[in-house]
Amino acid sequence: MRPFNYIASTSPADAVAANAGNPAPHYLGGGTNLIDLMKEDVERPETLIEVASLDRKEVERTASGGLRLGAMLSNTETANHPDVRRDYPLLTMTMLAAATEQIRNMATNGGNLLQRTRCPYFYETSMPCNKREPGSGCGAINGMNALHAIFGWSESCVATNPSDMNIALAAIGATVEVLQPNGNSRRIPFADFHRLPGDEPQRDNNLAPGELIVGIELDPPKFSDNYYYLKIRERSSYAFALVSVAAGMQLEGGRITAAGLAMGGVSHKPWKLTAAEEYLVGKAPETATFEAAAEIAMRDARPLEENEYKIEMGRRAVVRALQQALDRTA
Amino acid sequence: MSKLKEWQHKSEEDLSDDEKKIFNDLGLFGDSRRKFLGKLSAASLSIWAASNFKLNALIPAGEEVPPALKALLNELEVKLRINEEDYTLNIDSRTSLLDVLRERLGLTGSKKGCGHGQCGACTVIIDGRRKLSCLTLAATCGDKEITTVEGLADGENLHKVQAAFVKYDGYQCGYCTPGQICSSVALLEEAKRGEASYVTEDFKDIRENIELSEEEIRERMSGNLCRCGAYNNIVMAIQESQTGEDQGTKWSFATAEEMEEAGKAK
Ligand SMILES: Cc1cc2nc3c(=O)[nH]c(=O)nc-3n(C[C@H](O)[C@H](O)[C@H](O)COP(=O)(O)OP(=O)(O)OC[C@H]3O[C@@H](n4cnc5c(N)ncnc54)[C@H](O)[C@@H]3O)c2cc1C
Ligand code: SF4
Ligand code: FES
Ligand code: FES
Repeated sequence: MRPFNYIASTSPADAVAANAGNPAPHYLGGGTNLIDLMKEDVERPETLIEVASLDRKEVERTASGGLRLGAMLSNTETANHPDVRRDYPLLTMTMLAAATEQIRNMATNGGNLLQRTRCPYFYETSMPCNKREPGSGCGAINGMNALHAIFGWSESCVATNPSDMNIALAAIGATVEVLQPNGNSRRIPFADFHRLPGDEPQRDNNLAPGELIVGIELDPPKFSDNYYYLKIRERSSYAFALVSVAAGMQLEGGRITAAGLAMGGVSHKPWKLTAAEEYLVGKAPETATFEAAAEIAMRDARPLEENEYKIEMGRRAVVRALQQALDRTA
Repeated sequence: MSKLKEWQHKSEEDLSDDEKKIFNDLGLFGDSRRKFLGKLSAASLSIWAASNFKLNALIPAGEEVPPALKALLNELEVKLRINEEDYTLNIDSRTSLLDVLRERLGLTGSKKGCGHGQCGACTVIIDGRRKLSCLTLAATCGDKEITTVEGLADGENLHKVQAAFVKYDGYQCGYCTPGQICSSVALLEEAKRGEASYVTEDFKDIRENIELSEEEIRERMSGNLCRCGAYNNIVMAIQESQTGEDQGTKWSFATAEEMEEAGKAK
């Protein structure tokens, strides 16, 4: 690991000031992604500003009836908070499907949103990768790409976003609260937070340099009775998703009155299935409806050489997740 | 002179009876022992010695821990509280908690399996939560309460989880075991607090004392890999630790009749 100067900040304001005043800075959350990438020589900060211990660990009701989750709260304490378990069980279930207890105890909510891709070429510094080294080429697009994207990729990058939490947030709806280096706050709708690769795959998201995530505000409670997070992986625990689906429905009088649907493992950003959500609303919750929604969900998929399987897997995962969500109260 | 420095200047004649016994146990006598002592570099001695002695043989309680290392970049002072003892150390900002434990303090129970958060061999308990010491910078641990496998027993009495691992043979080579045990100890507390896992049914119903079924244990322990595959025995050890009930033997040799039946089934 390359040497860096370590700064323990005492407040969010202090942290953004340290970020502005030091060379090649990086915030340090739980370190579960960043320290790993520093050991791999992929990330090379010259200044590390510790933020995980900052006092943004709240779970608070917002004026609109949603919940604000502190960015520095651990994934475990978030997923297991009684208000989250009761009102946002889709988020709890999704977060508990990620990584392991040890990692969830360390990982912060802010860090989780920003974890970087697991593309093996990104990790291997002897390989070309536009995300790690812009202009060097994409090793995966004509290489081993079984784990890569089927939606929204570009010629410059076909990587996926690895976070489970992001998928539930896309289905539920949220707003990211950030502190800017000038001390002002900014609110970013979750749908606009992450980016597609385009020709700047080095940018995973729309944060400006030095901006610190301080909180995540969840939309008012949704899908608290009918929810399911289906994660398909190479073993039944402790692996990243090949394909995952976060599904939530509101049911009334035998009809779907609201639907939340997002897919993981398939795109550079958490892939919200907006057209399928819209299709579901007003329909009866039954297999034929779910199958039609799944068709719509996969309509624009563009597979790479090795990942065509994700289309059929995605289609079936949507049907299965919706069915499981329905069965909760059936 | 610190105990460690003294050690580095030991010759055959300066060895205490205990030290002589350790060399004898290792099969190092007479000439070979003198050669061995002569060849030891300071660094290799400290590492070698650490694995043979209790910590306080190296660093008497209260005494300053090993002298500041040379070539510290971005030096920081950290105060660590580990197994109810306080240490003040100067470290390179890059130092992981795992490296401090093993290389600076001689607490070699915690193991480095992968160094990348993938195996759980380095699991320790920090402020009551199990965490990976290989991805934790020591610099972030000031004022936190750290427990390693060395801190679980009460004097000569093993922690109940340790005793259960012994009883059920929850290991073969033992490399993953300190991490498995720390993880299990924290897991029992998580279950007591009522924390859910991905396989917990009906987690909206919030209550304490979750009963750890085999499925629950396997999911919750998935962060601790065991290359020897001692998983079945680990599950039994954890179940007895939680319930206090003997898990019995879950297999038996087939009887002659059963063998015959099995033959027919073909
Ligand atoms: C073996 C292993 C398996 C895993 N499996 C899964 C899995 O199945 N599913 C899953 O979803 N995840 C998985 N993870 C990833 C894990 O969830 C993430 O590493 C974690 O959520 C990152 O959070 P952190 O606080 O540790 O972030 P860090 O590693 O500290 O930081 C990550 C990035 O975010 C930046 N950052 C951190 N906090 C802030 C902030 N407040 N504001 C601005 N920038 C910030 C850092 O500078 C860094 O760039 C796994 C990780 C490992 C090591
Ligand atoms: S897919 Fe993206 S991250 Fe992977 S090699 Fe190509 S540019 Fe790099
Ligand atoms: S050594 Fe820390 S997880 Fe493997
Ligand atoms: S006992 Fe050998 S790795 Fe687990």
